[in-house]
Order: sequence, then structure tokens, then C-alpha cells
Amino acid sequence: MEMFIQMLVAGILIGGIYALIGLGMTLIMGVMRIINLAHGQLMMVAMYITYVLYFYLGIDPYFALLVAMPALFLLGVAIQKYFLNPLLKIDSIIPQNQILMTVGVGIVLTETIRFIFRSDYKSVKTSYSSATFMIGNISWNVPMFVAFGLAVALTAGLFIFLLKTDAGKSVRATAQNKDAAMIMGINADWITQLTYGLGAAMAAAGGTLLLPIYYLFPDVGSQFTLKAFIITVLGGMGSTVGAIVGGIVLGIAETLGATYISMDLKDAFGMVIFVVVLVFMPGGLKELTKV
Amino acid sequence: MAKYSKFAAVGLLLAFPLLVSSDYYRHIMILALMWVVIGSSWNLLAGYTGQISFGHAIFFGVGAYSAGLCTTKLGISAWWGMLIGGPMAMLFGFVLGAICFRLRGTYFNLATLALAEILRLVAKSWVSLTEGMMGILTIQTFRSKVPYYYLAFGIAALCVFAIWAIIRSKWGYYFVAIREDQDAAEHLGISAFRYKSISLLVSSFFTGVAGAFYMNYMGFIDPDVVFSLYYISIMAILVAIIGGAGMIWGPPVGAFIMVLLQELFRSAFFGYLPKWISEAHAMAFGILVIVVIRFMANGVVGDWVKLSGLFTRQKAPIPSVTSGN
Amino acid sequence: MHFFEVRRLTKAFGGLIAVNDLTFQVEEGEIYGLIGPNGSGKTTVFNLITGFYPITSGAVLFRGKQLNGIPTWKVCKEGVGRTFQIVKPLRRMTVLENVMTSAFCRTSNTHVARDKALEVLHFCEMDKKIDFPAKGLTIGDRKRMEIARALATAPKLLLLDETMAGLTPQEQYEGVELIKKIRKSGITIIIVEHIMHVIMNLCDRILCINYGQEIVKGSPSEVANNQAVIEAYLGKE
Ligand SMILES: Nc1ncnc2c1ncn2[C@@H]1O[C@H](COP(=O)(O)OP(=O)(O)OP(=O)(O)O)[C@@H](O)[C@H]1O
Ligand SMILES: [Mg+2]
Repeated sequence: MEMFIQMLVAGILIGGIYALIGLGMTLIMGVMRIINLAHGQLMMVAMYITYVLYFYLGIDPYFALLVAMPALFLLGVAIQKYFLNPLLKIDSIIPQNQILMTVGVGIVLTETIRFIFRSDYKSVKTSYSSATFMIGNISWNVPMFVAFGLAVALTAGLFIFLLKTDAGKSVRATAQNKDAAMIMGINADWITQLTYGLGAAMAAAGGTLLLPIYYLFPDVGSQFTLKAFIITVLGGMGSTVGAIVGGIVLGIAETLGATYISMDLKDAFGMVIFVVVLVFMPGGLKELTKV
Repeated sequence: MAKYSKFAAVGLLLAFPLLVSSDYYRHIMILALMWVVIGSSWNLLAGYTGQISFGHAIFFGVGAYSAGLCTTKLGISAWWGMLIGGPMAMLFGFVLGAICFRLRGTYFNLATLALAEILRLVAKSWVSLTEGMMGILTIQTFRSKVPYYYLAFGIAALCVFAIWAIIRSKWGYYFVAIREDQDAAEHLGISAFRYKSISLLVSSFFTGVAGAFYMNYMGFIDPDVVFSLYYISIMAILVAIIGGAGMIWGPPVGAFIMVLLQELFRSAFFGYLPKWISEAHAMAFGILVIVVIRFMANGVVGDWVKLSGLFTRQKAPIPSVTSGN
Repeated sequence: MHFFEVRRLTKAFGGLIAVNDLTFQVEEGEIYGLIGPNGSGKTTVFNLITGFYPITSGAVLFRGKQLNGIPTWKVCKEGVGRTFQIVKPLRRMTVLENVMTSAFCRTSNTHVARDKALEVLHFCEMDKKIDFPAKGLTIGDRKRMEIARALATAPKLLLLDETMAGLTPQEQYEGVELIKKIRKSGITIIIVEHIMHVIMNLCDRILCINYGQEIVKGSPSEVANNQAVIEAYLGKE
């Protein structure tokens, strides 16, 4: 039982970070109606930025957030502006060409990083990387705990942005009804760029927070892309609150699954849940069946 | 004119192993012919029926493992896989359809992608069945490439011909109707679910056969190769798009272009360019994705033929209301 | 037994009752008008008949057979064709291919389907446009192609949803003639239309609804002179 609670705690903590990554994907999903298959790769780039700052300049990963997030925001804006938005004007048999474009962008990001840093595993071992403290019989990993706290804070920040600022309201309006938003004079191009930038920045935050407890290599992105879309689907596609729930559910499912079923299949659990949701809860996720 | 060039192309392909004795070039051609099959199959489901699969690696992998398991588990020749691989892939196609066809658009893409990844992970960890990451190694039957070449050619020809015939029949009209407007199609008496399933079954069958062929030809498979998201599922999409999705000759043309381009980079332009180029072939693949999607959304054949209607048959100048004709 | 019958049909979208306890009968060979102000639930009635939306309660009977509960494509096979208010052309197919697709409803032979499609297109006087891509058609031609497409499924009952909206007066006149011709060929029609002279000219009987509920049923002149109908359209004085 203690083991179970311990795993539950670990699952929730990691789930908080997943939620952050999933939130970014959800924002993009909500506004652009596409899955961003470069999401994990954007996160990976942020992790390398953090790694460089730590390794060469000795900057603590948590402070690196202040660099990694704006950097990825700009990268995201550029990707949307130069790679995704131009596709809207093309009449193609394959309407999913924006998704394919994100695949291409993801590969190029991964390979660029591999070119610079080679395929070696890297990690950022801070003085607190393996520090823990105890509450009752449950041990809490310090960096995970801090990461969880920061994830909550960033999520709160995102919500304030979406609910209180004009730009945030425009993003929400566009997500609800793109055509109406455009008629109301909202500049859709800019909103999509802003959204993709924000999504990338959230992914960056997730990556940076993970770094002290994770390891780093160029291909780390693809597995997080998959996680992000599982979270998005679990959360009901485009629902920000749903993404948080989805992130935590995924965190718990993975940790418990890895402990009680099989370590090798850790990554498969999320996807199994995902498919189960699709098969057995078509009513619960009704909105999925109509575009 | 277009007709003769097609006959010429087919004749050239038939004569190729007689004209070129290099095993290396024969190998590239064999792979290209295999990709004709996969790309055309994907095209039937996606280009014609409008169901964009991000998980065709499922069928390729299942076909390949059907062949491989024939040897390792049943102790019979992997060639039996050529018979079993297609139906096995159809079985998986049937399940995939039952799960995914209630979803549309992006959600369908997501679901196919997820199922393919699940299968890859399962194949990796179910070591007692699949040997996991060790993969399956068999001994190739022929030392010469020629038998493989003609086999690949035969499968490709059969596949393209079958799809060509299907597209001209009622099924073809129904597939395209579903692509263009599923709701309208239902009101015209078309069971979208049934016809999407038919399209998927045909598509998965040929992809499975291609997988079984791959096992026999290469003599080695592992989960990360045959269930690969990038190098099977996405590659299938690229082959179709670069050639021209929704067109019979699109994927065959695309297959040769893609395989050749990939090989050019992998071999650093057959050794004429510095070696580091070959290390960047994954990068080249990514750039190719971007360039194709950005600048060639309708593919080589599409921009060539300027089709009207749904088939590539050329017509008199297209009467177009929009151009004030 | 009536040719076509709707019994106590009700449809709720969440809290909104779009169709409320509607009952009416249509006899064979008739042109039956369904009118009502914007948002009164006319299109929804069609969507319920074709099974495109599941009904909340009530029943739809066609030649004694219950239609509700069977999928849309089977309703079409039963002999109910329809057009869409917001047209749904199969955009990247030609006009002929569009109509052939629906002709396959009754045959699997391409030649038979092609002949049927050509015959229907001739009937609808669209011979000159058979090779036009559907996406390039004018609104008038799109609406006409939708009628041809519905006819090619060999329906016994045809549901026309605002086929005259957006047409020029000349096209409207031609449309009325076409509908008369369709009726003459033995097809029963239910027509939704806002343009009053079209409705009055064509219909044998009319049902007027508002907020999904019946206001009045009767002959064109009865309905036109009904105080409640006038109020529904123009608002109360
Ligand atoms: N899919 C739906 N979900 C929710 N509400 C709907 C849906 N379809 C229609 N409605 C609502 O049902 C009501 C009736 O709509 P309907 O389209 O049937 O009206 P109509 O009589 O055809 O109007 P119009 O003359 O404008 O075509 C409207 O209030 C509409 O908003
Ligand atoms: Mg209406």
C-alpha cells in the first residue's frame, strides 16, 4: 500500500509536468485544429538550450526557463509564420498537410540538434538532482516537487493570460469559432502565430523542468510528442482543464503501469488508455466524432 | 503520347535487370517497386477515400512478421508469408477500421498513429513471440537479385492494376464521394463505414504483401524498422504526395523519386559528395517532407496532368465556369 | 395507410426543442409544402426523416415502414432522396460523376449508372454541363445538380430544402417548371421554401411551423390567409 501511494505521488508529480506539455499541444489543437507532431521536438530543443546554459555558463535550470521559454516562443512563431500558415492557401487533396509539415519540422529539429550535439546521452546533474524529503513514509523528490510547483504556477499564468488579457481572449474566441473571430476583426494570422509560440513555450517549460530528473538525447522529442497528443485526447481535445487532468492521468498510469505491469511497456500504457477512450467512450468524447 | 510513355516505362522496367547488372542499382529498383505497392495502397485509402492514415506501418509490419514468424515459429518457409501476410494485415485493418472509422479528420489520424505505435512497442517487448529488438533473421533464398526484382515488379503491377480497376468501378466513385463529403455520400445511399472498410481492407492487404516481401528479400526485420513511424508510415504518405495523391500514377512515380532521393543522400550522391552528407540523410528526409508539403502539395503527376474530375484520364480543355468560359 | 407519415416527431438539441410534437401525412403524388420562419426547424425535420439526426421521440413511416432508427444510407435505398439547403457538391468530381455516384444506388454496373446519370441530367436540362467540375458551378447549377443527384437514386419521395434560394427570377421560373416535371414523373415531393410565390404555385397542401411546432395545415390559400401564419412571419402588431 505504501508502495502504491509512493507511486501515486510520483505519478502526480510527473503528471504535473506532462500537463504543461499537454497544455501547449491543446492550445495549438484548439486554435488550429491540428496535432502538432513537432511538439516533443520543440521541447527537446528547449532542453538543449537549458543544457548549454547550465554546462557552459553554469546557469541553474530553473533560471534557464527565462531564456528557454522566450526562445521557443520565437521559434514557434517563426514555424507558424513561415511553415504552417502558407499551407492554408493551398487546395490539396490531403487536407492534413499542416500535420505533415509539423512532422517535417520535427525531424529537422531533431537532426539539427544531432548534428550539433551528436547522439550522446546527456544529463544535468544539479546539487539537488536526487535530493528528497519525507512526509510521513512517503519520500518526495525535490526537483520533481519544485517542477510540479512551477508547472502549477505556469499553468495559472496561462489561464490568467487566456481569461484576462485581450490577446488571450482573442485566442479563446478563435478557438471557439474561427470565422466569427475573423469577422470580429481578429487577425487570425497573428493569433495562430501567438498560439503556436505559446504552445512551444509551454513545451519548453515542461522540458526544462524535466531536465534535472531526466536524461537528454536528440530523439527524446518523439516520445513526448506522443505523450502530448495522448494527453490532449484524454483531456477532450482543446479543453485546457482537460489537458491538466489528462496529464496527471497519464503520469499516474505510466508510473503504476511500470511498477505493476511491465517497465518495457511503460510508453504503451498511455496509448492503450487513449485507444480505450476512443473505443469505449464514444459518447463521453462525442465531439471527437465530428470535425 | 501519355499512353505510349506509360508502355515505354513498363517495358523499361521489365528489361531493367537485363540492362543493368549492378546489384546495387537492382537493389534500389527493388525497393522502389516495393514502395510503389505501399504508396499506391496508402493512396487508395487516403488519396481516394480521404482517410489519411498515419499508421500504415501496422500493415507493413504485420505482413513482415507474418512471413518472419512462419520460419521462426512454424518452421516453414518465409515465402508462405506472401500468402499469409496479406490476409493477416487485412485482419488488423478490420480491427483498425472498427476502432477508427467513427472518427474523422485529425482524430482519425491520431488514432491510426497511436495504434501503430502501440503495435511497435508490443512487438518490441513481446520477446517470446517476436524476438523483440533482436529481430528476425532468415536466410535469403536467392543470391541473385533478379528473382526478387521480377517478384517485386509482379506485385507492384498487380497492385496498381487492381487499384486502377477498383477506382473505375462503383467502389471508386463511392470512395471519392466519401472523401469529398461524407455526409452527402450517406444521403446518396453510401454506407461510409462499409466502403471505408473496403478501401482499408484492400489497402492493408497489399501493404501486408509488401511487408512479407520485405522480410523475404532483406532477410532481416526488427520492430523499429518495419513498424517505423517515419520510415514506413510517413514515407508512405510522402511517396504518395510527392507523386500526386488521388491519382493512379502518383505513388508509382513518387516511389521512384523518394527511394532515389533517399539513396542519393544515404550514399552521399553515390560517393561524389563528401561523406558527411550521408550522415545527414535523416535531415534530408525532414527537409524533403517540408519542401514537398510546402511546394508540391499536388505532386509531380498532379501538377503535370492538371486533372479534371477524379481520374487522370486527360480530357478536352476543361470547361471552367470560374474562368468565364 | 398513408404514403408518408410523421407521428409526434420531436427533436431536442440539449435544451433546445427544435422540432416539437409534429404530426403530418403526405399522400402519393402530392407536393407538400413545409414552411416557417428562419430557425423554425424545417431542415431539422428533413434531417430526422433521413436519419441524419437520431430522433428524440416519435416516428417516421414511409409506405408503412418505419424509417427512424435505420441509417441514412438505407433511408436513401428505401426511396427517399433529398437536397441540401447548404449545397454539398462532391467538389472534385464532375457533374456527371456526381450524378453517377448516386445512380450507383440502384446498380453496380458503371455503364448502367452512366446511362441513368445522363438520362437524369438530360431531364434536368444540364446536358451541357456534364463535364464541368462541381466546384466551379454557379449556385443555380449546384442546386440543380443536387436535384439531379437526388433523382438518380430513383426516389419515390423527394425532399427539397430551399432549392430556389439565391437563384435569379429566371432560374426560379425554370426551377418551378422542373419540380412540376418531377411530380409528373410520379415522384412525391416535400418542399421547404421561403419564396412564397413558388410555394403557393406548387403545393397541394402546406404545413406551417414555428419553433418546431405546427401553426396550421391546409391548402395554400387557407395558410396564406391564416392570422397566426402572418404573425409568425411578420411578428405581432
Ligand atoms: N446540429 C444542431 N445542433 C444544435 N442546434 C441545432 C442543430 N441543427 C439545428 N439546430 C437548431 O435548431 C433550430 C432549427 O433549425 P433548422 O435549421 O431546422 O431551421 P430552419 O427552419 O431550417 O431554418 P432556415 O429557414 O434558416 O433554414 C435552430 O434554432 C437551430 O439553431
Ligand atoms: Mg433550413
